[in-house]
Amino acid sequence: MSILRIRAIAKKELIQIWRDPLSLAMAFMMPVMLLFLFGYAITLDVNDLKTVVYDLDKSSLSRELVREFTESGYFTVVDYIHDNMDINRYLDSGRARVAISIPEKFSEDIRTGRNPTLQVIVDGSDSNTATIALGYISAITDAYSRRMKAGNAAPLIEPRIRVWYNPELKSRNFIIPGLIAVIMAVIAALLSSLTISREWERGTMEQLISTPVKTPELITGKLLPYFFIGFIDVAMSVLLAVFLFDVPLRGSVFLLMALSGIFLFGGLSLGILISIVAKSQLVSSQISMIVTFLPAFLLSGFMYSISNMPKPLQVMTHLIPARYFVAIIKGIFMKGSGLKLLAVETLLLSLFGILVFMIANMKFKKRIV
Amino acid sequence: MMRGTIAVEVRGLTKMFGDFIAVDGIDLTIKKGEIFGFLGPNGAGKSTTIKMLCGLLLPAGGKGLVGGYDIMKESEEIKNNIGYMSQKFSLYEDLTVGENINFFSGIYSVGRNKKKERKEWVIEMAGLKDRENAQTKNLPGGFKQRLALGCAILHEPPIIFLDEPTSGVDPISRRNFWNLIYEMSKAGTTVFVTTHYMDEADYCNRLALIYRGKIIAEGTPNELKQKYMVKYVLEIEVERVVEAMEVLNGKGIETAIFGNLLHAVVDTLGPSIELVRNILEEAKIPVYRIERVLPSLEDVFVTLIEVA
Repeated sequence: MSILRIRAIAKKELIQIWRDPLSLAMAFMMPVMLLFLFGYAITLDVNDLKTVVYDLDKSSLSRELVREFTESGYFTVVDYIHDNMDINRYLDSGRARVAISIPEKFSEDIRTGRNPTLQVIVDGSDSNTATIALGYISAITDAYSRRMKAGNAAPLIEPRIRVWYNPELKSRNFIIPGLIAVIMAVIAALLSSLTISREWERGTMEQLISTPVKTPELITGKLLPYFFIGFIDVAMSVLLAVFLFDVPLRGSVFLLMALSGIFLFGGLSLGILISIVAKSQLVSSQISMIVTFLPAFLLSGFMYSISNMPKPLQVMTHLIPARYFVAIIKGIFMKGSGLKLLAVETLLLSLFGILVFMIANMKFKKRIV
Repeated sequence: MMRGTIAVEVRGLTKMFGDFIAVDGIDLTIKKGEIFGFLGPNGAGKSTTIKMLCGLLLPAGGKGLVGGYDIMKESEEIKNNIGYMSQKFSLYEDLTVGENINFFSGIYSVGRNKKKERKEWVIEMAGLKDRENAQTKNLPGGFKQRLALGCAILHEPPIIFLDEPTSGVDPISRRNFWNLIYEMSKAGTTVFVTTHYMDEADYCNRLALIYRGKIIAEGTPNELKQKYMVKYVLEIEVERVVEAMEVLNGKGIETAIFGNLLHAVVDTLGPSIELVRNILEEAKIPVYRIERVLPSLEDVFVTLIEVA
C-alpha cells in the first residue's frame, strides 16, 4: 500500500466533492433535512386528543371528572353535546377521537356507594393512538374513583411505578437516536455508491486502471473523504438531537463517535461494493437506497421493537448492520452504556465492515470487461 | 526489465466479443525507440489490440511480452512500465490543470525531488503556462490532448501507447502533437500509436495495417508504398480542374482533386500519359504538365483494403 497514492486519490475525491454542488448538498444537507423531517413527523406521543362530552348528570361531580380529563393534558374538549346521535357525527367525521358519556345517575351512584358506569368511546381507526388513549382513560378514572372512595378501603395493591431511561416516556428520546442510525446507514451507502460508477461513466476509470495503482489503495483513497464527511454528519446529527430535540445524551460522546466510525466504515464499504457491481450511477444509487433504507427503517429496531416481530423476521434482523448501530446509539444516548455492554454489537459491526471491504476489493477488477 | 532491443513482441494475439472476432491472431514486433503506427478503419481492432497490450483487456489467446512482462500473467507489472492515453479524453474535467498533474504524479509515485520538475515540464509541453489553475473542461481540444499525454507520461515510462491521440484536434495542434512524439522517440521512448489519419502514417518509423482483426500489411512507409502499390499515380496540372476531373472520370480513368492538381490512377505509364493528354485536348482543356508521382499512403491503403 502506497500512502502517496492513497493521498492522491483522497485529495482528488475531496476536490471533486467540493466542486460539485449536488454532492455537497447530499453530504451535508441531506442528513440534517432527514433528521428534521422524521424528527418532527414521527412521534408516538398522544397529546390533545379531541374529545366531546355528553353529560347527562350535569352535577359538580361529573364536571370534576371532565376536569380531570382536560387537566391531564392529553384530552381537549371540543364540544359539549346534548344529543346521543352527535357522538356518531363527531367520531364519523373525525372531528373528535374520544367521546365521554356520563349517565344520568352518575353523582347519585357515587354518593350512595354504588358503582357508576361511565361510557367512553374511542376512535379505533388509528389503533396506536387508541391504545395509548385507553391507557390514559383508565389511569384517570382509576385515580378519580380512588379519590371518591377515600376513607373507605385502600386498594389491595398500590404499584409504585418508575420508568427507567426515559422517565417522561417521550417517544422522541428513543426515536431521534435511532433515527440518526437509520439516516447514517442510508447516507453512508449513498455517498460512496457513486464514486466508482461515476468514473466508469465518465471514462476516467480506463485511465486509472492503466496506472500501477492497487485496488486497496483506490478503495481506501475513495473511502477516506467520505469517512470524514460521515463523521461530520454524525456530529451534526448528535448536536441537533441534544440541542434542538432536547434528547438527553447520557453516555460518552467519544465512545459514540468512535463506534459511529466503525459503522461508517461498513456503510461506506457497502456503497463502494454496490458501485463496483452496478457500474452506473443511477443503478448504484437505487440499489443503495433499497438495501439500506428499508431494512434500517423497518428491521433495525429503531421504531418497531424486534422482540415483537415474527421469528423469521427476527432472525433476518441479525443481518442488518443498522440493527447493531441502533442498539449502540440508543444504549449510549438513553442508558449511558459503556463499551462493555456494547461489545457484541461493536464486534459484529467491525466484522461486517471488514467483510464488505474485503469483498469490494475482490470484486474490483483492474480490467475492462 | 526490458532486455535486448525489442519493446513489444506478441504472437497470435486474439480477442473475441461473443461470436465476433475483434482481433484475429495478430503478431507484432516493435523495437525500442521506434514510433510504431497502427492503422486501420474504425472497428478494425485497433483499440482492442492496444488495450490488450496495456493489460486492460485479457486476451482470449496468444502470448507475448510488453516491456519484458507477460501480457497474460503480469499485467500489473506492465502497467508500471507504460503510459496509456485512451481514445476518449480521460482526465478529470472538474479538476484544474495543476490538480490533474498532481493527481497522476501521486498515482505514478513520482519522486518528491522530481515532482516539481515533471509538473513544469508537462505544463510547458502542453503550452499551458498561464493556465495551471484553469479547470480542464474549459480547455480547447488540442491543449486537453497534450495535457492528457503529459499526465500519462509523468513517470517517464519506456513505452507509451496512444489510442487515436489526434482525433478531433485541429491540424496545427496535430502537427505540434507529432513533434512531441518525435522528441520522445529521440529520447529513447517507444511509441505505439493508432490513427485513422493516413497523412499521419508518414510520420511513423514503421506501420502495420489492421483490417477486420487481421494485419494485412507491415513495413516502413516507403516499403509499403513501393511493395503494395501496383498501379501508378499521375499528377496532372490543368486549367479547369473540376471540368477536367469530370471528363477523365467519364472516360473511366479514376481521378481525384489534390489541391489545385489532379491525381489519376492508371495501370500503365507511357500509353496512359498519352491517353490522358488526348482526352483533355479533345475537351479543349489546356494541359500544362503530366508526371508520375509516388502514391500517398492513402492510395496504398485504399488499394490494399480493396484486395482484402
